[in-house]
This record gives sequence, C-alpha cells and structure tokens, in this order.
Amino acid sequence: MAVVFEPTKGLTDKPFHYCPGCCHGIIHRLVAETLVDNDALETAVGVASVGCTYNSYEYIACDMVQAAHGRAPAVATGIKRNLKDSFVFTYQGDGDLASIGTAEIVHAAARSENITVIFVNNAVYGMTSGQMAPTTLVGQVTTTSPWGRDPSYQGYPINVSEFLSNLAGAAYVERVCVTDYKNIQNAKRAIQKAFNVQKNKLGFSLVEVLSTCPTNWGKEPLAAMDWLKENMEKQYPLGCYKGADITFDADGKYVSGAIPATSNNCVNVGEVKK
Amino acid sequence: MAQKRVLMKGNEVIAEAAIRAGCRNYFGYPITPQTEVMHYMAKKMVQVGGNFVQAESEVAAINMVYGAAAAGFRVMTSSSSPGISLKQEGISYIAGAELPAVVVNIVRAGPGLGGIQPAQGDYFQATKGGGHGDYRNIVIAPASVQELYELVVEAFNLADKYRMTCMIIGDGTLGQMMEPVAFRDEEPVETIEKPWAACGRKGDSFHHTVTSIYIDPDVLEKKNLELQEKYKIVEANEVRYESICMDDDPEIVITAFSTCSRISRNVIRQARELGIKVGMIRPITLWPFPYKAIAEAADMPSVKAFLDVELNAGQMIEDVRLGANGKKPVYFHGRLGGNLPMQKEILDKIVAIHEGKITEGGNF
Repeated sequence: MAVVFEPTKGLTDKPFHYCPGCCHGIIHRLVAETLVDNDALETAVGVASVGCTYNSYEYIACDMVQAAHGRAPAVATGIKRNLKDSFVFTYQGDGDLASIGTAEIVHAAARSENITVIFVNNAVYGMTSGQMAPTTLVGQVTTTSPWGRDPSYQGYPINVSEFLSNLAGAAYVERVCVTDYKNIQNAKRAIQKAFNVQKNKLGFSLVEVLSTCPTNWGKEPLAAMDWLKENMEKQYPLGCYKGADITFDADGKYVSGAIPATSNNCVNVGEVKK
Repeated sequence: MAQKRVLMKGNEVIAEAAIRAGCRNYFGYPITPQTEVMHYMAKKMVQVGGNFVQAESEVAAINMVYGAAAAGFRVMTSSSSPGISLKQEGISYIAGAELPAVVVNIVRAGPGLGGIQPAQGDYFQATKGGGHGDYRNIVIAPASVQELYELVVEAFNLADKYRMTCMIIGDGTLGQMMEPVAFRDEEPVETIEKPWAACGRKGDSFHHTVTSIYIDPDVLEKKNLELQEKYKIVEANEVRYESICMDDDPEIVITAFSTCSRISRNVIRQARELGIKVGMIRPITLWPFPYKAIAEAADMPSVKAFLDVELNAGQMIEDVRLGANGKKPVYFHGRLGGNLPMQKEILDKIVAIHEGKITEGGNF
C-alpha cells in the first residue's frame, strides 16, 4: 500500500504536551516540514523561548537552544553571526516577544539580523494560566483582566507585524493563521518565503501566526478557531506587511524586490579609520 | 621569548588578550569605566574577522554571549557593576546550560547608579551567586595590566575546560591605568572539543539541545548535583593566590585582592621599617577562594592577626574569617564610594593592631 501521510523527519518522536485545539502542533509541523523540504535539518539551529513553547527544543529535530524569556532574538544573533550559512530561527509567543522581549525583537529587526522569527500570537499568556498579554484584545476577559481589557485602564493591544514592518531593517514580515487547510498552506508558503529571505541573506524576517488557546479562552477547540476568525483577525488583519514584492525563482534564489541595505551583517572593513 | 614591552591601558589589554586567546565574539553595551574594551573590540575584532555587536542592552549582550557559546564559539562580554547586575539572568542561564563564557566586570562604586570611581563592592555578587539558583562562576582578580593580559587568556581556557562562566573582576583603577605589558609570541590556547554544541546536527543521529530547564524535580536535582561535583573539582584544582613575605614568621597578615593588594604591597615594606613583620596573602581566584592558605596562616604561631583591606564595606573578609576559623582576629580597613585607601591609613591600622589599640569589633 502506498504511504499517503507520515510523520515528518523534522519532528522528534516526543509527544507534544500541547492542549487539544492549540495551534502550536500545526505550526511546529510547518516549521519542521520547511526544514526538511529545504534539506536544512542537519545544519539549522532553532531557538526556543519561554512560555508554552519552552519545550519546542525537544520537538523540533534540528539543533535547538532554549533561551531566557524574551531573549531569543539576542540568542539567535549570537548563533547566526557565527553560523552565517545555517538557517537560524526563533519560535516565540506573544508574551515572550511582544512584552518582555520587545527590546530584543525591535533591535534584531533594526540591525536586520539575518534570522527568521516564528511569532505565535494567541492573545493571552498560555503557560502561566491565561493572563492578559500585550496582544490581548480590547474587551477580552483574562485572569488579569477579569472584566475584559479596558483601554482606559490597561491600554491597547500591540500590532507587532505592523510596527516591525516600519523598521528599515525588516526585510519580510507577514501575518498568517492556521485555522483551515487553505490558511495552513498559506502559512507554509510564508515560512518558506522567510526561509528563502534568510538563505539569500536579505535580512530580518518574521512570520506572525495567529493561534488559539482553547484552555485559557475557555472554548472548545472548534469554537476557538471560530473566535480567532471572528475577533482576532479584526484586530490583526492577515497579510504581508513588508517584502510583498520580494520574489524568488524555483530554486529559491532571490530575483527581485526591495530589501534592506544592510542585510547580511557583514562589515566591509578595509582600512579602519583612525 | 617575551616580546618588547608596550605601554597599554588595562581595558585595551583585556580586549587584546581576548583576541589573542582566539575569542572571535564580543557583545557589549557602553558603560563607564570599561568602555575602552568595547572601543578596542569595535575595530580590532572586526579586523580579525570576528563578530562585534553593540547590543541594545546588557541583557541582550549576555544573551548574544549565550547564543555564541551555545553554538560552540569563544565569546566575551564586558561591563561595569550596574551592567553586570543586568547580566545576572543570563549568567545564571549560562551556568544552568553549562556554557563557557568570559565576563569582565570593571567594578565601580554602588549601590544603584553609584559612581564611576573604583570599588570592589561586587565581591559578594561575583563569588556568592549574583543570579538565581545554585551555581558558581570562576572569579579571577588580576592586580596589574600584565596579569590582566595573562589571566584573560587563561580565563578562556578555564571557561572551556569547565563549561562555566569565568569572570574577570577588576576595578576602575585597573581598567584605566596604563602599564607596560609584554605579549607572548604564542598564546597557551587550549583547544577543547565541544561535541555538545548546537551548531547543526551534521550527521549526528540526535539533535543537540542546549537548555537549563528540567521540569522533573528528580532530573533537576541530579543536574544540580552534577554541577556541584564539577564545582568541587574546580575548588580542588584551580585555587590561585600569591604569598608575599609569608616565609619569615610574619606577625600581621594583610589579605587584599587586585588594586588593594597593590597599595598594601608598599605598606609591607613601610611596616617592616618600623619593626613590624607584615606579610600578605593575595587571592587571585576569589572563587575558588584560597581558604587553605588563610587557614595555614592562621595556624602559624607568629601570626597574631589578619588585616583585610578592601574597597567596600567588608565582603571578602567573610571568606578570610571562614579561613581563619576564629583562630586569629581579622581586622578590616575599607574605603567606599570610589575612594582608595592611602598607604598611611593602612600603616596606621597595622601599628594600632600591633600595639593592641583596636578591637576586632565591626568592619571599620
């Protein structure tokens, strides 16, 4: 019998610890498949962050480094500067990236570090049991916004893709979701594009993936998917925010499109000025 | 053969020594009084094909260190006291993940923003933890620009050997002073294989993971016990100190490190001119601390007392007292706020101890 579906070699055999209906499993698989598709499993280095994905370093089968909360882009910088030809990525949640790690993500993008960030946004702190995140929607009830997020009291959500795309150093920024087959395929296309951006040394790339948290949203898995479509996409519209015009040929070689000037983090030294 | 001597600033020598030790990664953030390390690196590191990144914060810099170390590369960061406080999170992670890293602290006076003048108030932070959890750093305190050079090179070897942070601790005086330094033609760089490094599987049947998280308490306890075993080996093998005028039955033993040992060295001669036999034990490694040397001095029948001299309110004195174990009194002379003790202040204290005019009492 022909095999029609099998586990990707990009994931280890360790069972996921994620809750039913959580999107991390899908997103992990897309990242892992991209590594395999590009023959990068032997050379890539990933950086896991803090939050529900702390253990992603045990699931993704390439070399993995577990970072402190919010610091993954700095850790990835230290790795990538030494392994310029290896695919280096971070996998971060919204509390990690958009709250405690804002300085690291902004400056990694500003320096146009040639790394790829997979940013999973589920509008809540998952691991620590459902506190308000920087991405929590206005009105959204969490354990630390029990009456719903009130802008006059707790301020407004942060739209990461929109604000990072304003930095000259960001080469490619796109927001996707994985709620259905079509969107999963689109997310995979975006991750592959980010991979190509890095491979061609075009600079910083980030794919924001909207995700569910049924446990902390207090919803059934399918209802959570519906809630994401109905509410999160209003605050966080899908689409490409930077680098939409960057194109590659069939072999993944850069063809055209605007890219940052300082994209490969190499200084041409020559004579050093006194 | 040593080459001819060149006049260099302590901070620049730190950077030069790192490059000579094969370090090709420097990540830092500006802070007085160590910025010359960074200035030197900004040019020289790039010229030798290494990586120099001016990070957005000390927090980011130490995490870049973590990343480069995790991938198996020699790496250094430098800062001064408030910046070192910020790096403590990363230093704890480096300890947990067992990564080799060299961290330089050119100490300034605190607490808080404090001042930018020399101090030794980070002794506790450097030797007793600093960050969270049970871990140790090797802490080395050079006392001259020449020694700074030699010990920075050595720090990289020790960091690689034991897979832990090796911290060089100096102060504004040592960082800013210019002294002649003789560089070796070839550095004693020990190349140590790093099969654990996360730099790509490259054919291995498993993926390399660098982490400090162990959710299972039994696994984490085992990990901690392994760390403690390692620290015992470091304690057994890496204690370094210098004994000065200790072999002719000294009466009073000064304990001082780095800049304070430089000042105290002259006081030994002055005291001996007054007929008081003074010796000195200068710890070079603050951790592991030379407890045995202090204990042996405390057992010497000639020794009546210790005088601990520091640029703080009395920090290393606690280790000196542990070493002396109550056998001999330990007096203290310290200056704070960025001030240095005058030789006469120390001499006066020695005379007062000799004449029995002060009691051990408090720190001052």
